[in-house]
Amino acid sequence: MSRQTVFSPVRASLPPRTRLAAGVGGAVSGLSRRLGRGGGSVIGGRAILVVDPDALRRLAAGRAVALVSGTNGKTTTTSLLAAALATTGPVATNVLGANLPPGLAAALAVGPAGVPAALEVDEAWLGRVVDATAPKAVALLNLSRDQLDRNNEVRQLAATWRRTFGGRAGTTVVANADDPLVVWGAGSAPDVRWVGAGQPWTMDASGCPRCGGRIRFTAGGDWACGSCDLRRPDLDVRLQDGAVVGSDGRRTELRLSLPGRANLANATMALTVATLLGIDSERAVAAMADVAEVVGRYATVRVGGCAARLLLAKNPAGWLEVFDVLRPPPLPVVVAINAHIADGKDPSWLWDVPFERLAGRLVVATGERSRDLAVRLHYAGVEHRHQPDPVAAIAAAGAESVDVVANYTSFQALRARLA
Amino acid sequence: MSGPDSTVTVALLFPDLLGTYGDSGNAVVLAQRLRWRGLASEVVTVHSGEPVPAGCQIYVVGGGEDLPQVLAARQLGPPAGGVLQQAVDGGAAVLAVCAGLQILGASFVYGPDGTEADGLGLVDCVTRRGIGPRAVGEIVVDPVGELGLPLLTGYENHAGATTVGSGASAAGRVRHGVGNGDGSGTDGVWAGRVFGTYLHGPVLARNPALADLLLGWVVGALDPLDDREQLALREERLAAAAGGEGRRPRRIGRAGGAERGAWRRGAKSSAPIA
Repeated sequence: MSRQTVFSPVRASLPPRTRLAAGVGGAVSGLSRRLGRGGGSVIGGRAILVVDPDALRRLAAGRAVALVSGTNGKTTTTSLLAAALATTGPVATNVLGANLPPGLAAALAVGPAGVPAALEVDEAWLGRVVDATAPKAVALLNLSRDQLDRNNEVRQLAATWRRTFGGRAGTTVVANADDPLVVWGAGSAPDVRWVGAGQPWTMDASGCPRCGGRIRFTAGGDWACGSCDLRRPDLDVRLQDGAVVGSDGRRTELRLSLPGRANLANATMALTVATLLGIDSERAVAAMADVAEVVGRYATVRVGGCAARLLLAKNPAGWLEVFDVLRPPPLPVVVAINAHIADGKDPSWLWDVPFERLAGRLVVATGERSRDLAVRLHYAGVEHRHQPDPVAAIAAAGAESVDVVANYTSFQALRARLA
Repeated sequence: MSGPDSTVTVALLFPDLLGTYGDSGNAVVLAQRLRWRGLASEVVTVHSGEPVPAGCQIYVVGGGEDLPQVLAARQLGPPAGGVLQQAVDGGAAVLAVCAGLQILGASFVYGPDGTEADGLGLVDCVTRRGIGPRAVGEIVVDPVGELGLPLLTGYENHAGATTVGSGASAAGRVRHGVGNGDGSGTDGVWAGRVFGTYLHGPVLARNPALADLLLGWVVGALDPLDDREQLALREERLAAAAGGEGRRPRRIGRAGGAERGAWRRGAKSSAPIA
C-alpha cells in the first residue's frame, strides 16, 4: 500500500503567507518522497509551520472540522469517519496517523478548499489543536496508560481536556460515557453527546479524577464515585448488540468488515460525529462497512509460506481488545515489541497485559524489546520462542497462518519490511 | 493468611491505584519463583476499598499517579493501617516501588504545588519536592554490600526527592540515572525486611536475585532456578543504560507549555511508512 500526500495547487482564498507556506510544504514533501524518505506529510507539514506558524488556524478556517482523540482507536475511528464523510464528496484527513500539528497542517493543505476534515489528534496536543481549528465536533474515545515516559499522568490529560472544552461554544463533544477520565475531560463542554461505547479496561480510573475518591464499576458498565457526584452520565447514544441506538430509540445496524468489540465502539463514535456533520446514517454505515483495513491493520500479508494477519496493540487497554480478536489456539501468535519514543520508552506495561491468556499456543517474541516480552511470557507460563527479527519470527512460528500483534513502531517497521 | 499448609501469600496492595507502571508483575514474579521450586504460593490482590489482610508473608506496593497515591496512603494509614506495621513486626517482607516507597516514609508531596501528605512512617525516609526535572529513564543501582546483590537494573519515572534518615539505609548507589534525587547519589530505602526503590521494570522481573532475597527472608534457603532469559534481559538493559539509552532529559508534549518545535520529539511525528 502506498499512499502519498499530494499538495494541491495553492488556493487563492488563503493569505499570501499561508499560500507560500503550503507551496513550500508541497515542494519539501515532494522532495522527501523522491528521496525515498516516506510519505512526506510530516516534513512537508513542518515546512508549512516554519513559514507560517499560524497555518493550522488559517487552513482550518471556513470548513467543517471533526477531531478524534484518545489513547486507543484514533486512527481507525478517523478512517471510519472519513469514509462516512466521503459519501458527500472529498475529505481532508490524516489517516496515515501523523497526528501532531505538522501532520494536521499537511492534511489540510491537500485537496480543494473548504472540504470537511476528519483529523486524528494526539491526546496531549488536543487543546492546542482545538484552539487552532475551532472544530464542529470532537470525538473523545478513551484515556488509559500509554507512553508513560511522556504522559506520566493520564489524569493530567483529562484535566487539560477539561480546560480546553470549558465554555467552548460551537463545538459538540462526542464523549465515551463509559470512561470516567473521558467524562471528567469532556464534562466542562457546553454541548456533549454522551455515548455508551464501552471501556473494558478500568485500571486507570479507580481513583476519581475530580476528587481522588474511589470509583466503583458495576457489571452493567455503570460507574460512580463513592465520594463526589461524578458518575456515568445519561446516554444520548448507545452501542447495543451491534447497533447504534439513539435516545429516541432509533436503531442503526452496524455492518463492519473490521473485527472486534473495539471497532464497534469506534464505529459508534464515528457515526455519531458523522451525523452531527449532516451525513445520512444509512449511507455512513454502508461506507464504514467497506473499510477492511486501516493503514495495514487487520490486513493479511504473505511472509514466505505463512499468511500473517497484522494487528496493532500498544498498551494494556488495546491488548484487552485484541484478545477478543485473536483466532483460537493452536494458531501461533507473533508479538512484536519496540520501545521508541512513539511507543513509550518503558515497556513495563507488558506486565499489565494478561499474557497468561495465550497459554496453549506457541508465541514468538520479537522486536527490539523482545527480551522483556520473553521474560514476561516465561513468568506467564506461555510456550515461547525468542527471535528479535520480526520477519524471521513469523517463519519461526512454523505455521501456515499466524496472528501478528505489534506495537506502534514495530508495526511500522514490519510493514516497511514487507512492502 | 499463611495457612498450616505453608502456602506463601503475596499481598498485592491496591494495583488499581498503584499499578501504573507494571509493578503488579513483582507479585507474579515472587509467586512464580516459589511455584517453580515446588513451594505453594498465592497472590492476594487487594483492591482499593478492601481491607489489607493481616498475616501475609510479603506485601508488594507499586507506583502510580498523585491522587491515587494519596488515596492509597489514606487507606494504609491510621486508623485501619496498623496491619502493615504489625505484619512487618511479625517478620513479613515489604517491597515498595516509587509512589509505594514514598508513602512508606514519614511524609511525601503531591500535586503541582507540592502539597505535603502524611506517609505511614514504616521506614525512616521523607520525600520532598524535587528540584530538577522529572527523573525518567533507565537506572542502574549498585546495592549496598550487606544485601549481597548484583547490580540492579530498572526504569525510573518520578518527581519527588527522597532522603533516607538514620533509622534506615539507602538500598544502593546510583550508577546511571537519578534514584532518590536528593543529592546523595543513592536509590531506595532498606530497613530490616522492608525494601523500597524507584526501580520499575518491574524490578523483580529484571533482578531475579532481588526477588530471591525477599523470598529468602520469609522462606529461608532457596534452590537455584534457570534464569537464562532474565539474565539475557539484564545484560541487555545494563548495556543500554551504560550507553545512555532510555533517558529523557526533560518533559515534553505538555499542553500549556507551547514549546516551539516540540513535536520533533513528540509521539508519532515520524513520517509514516507507506
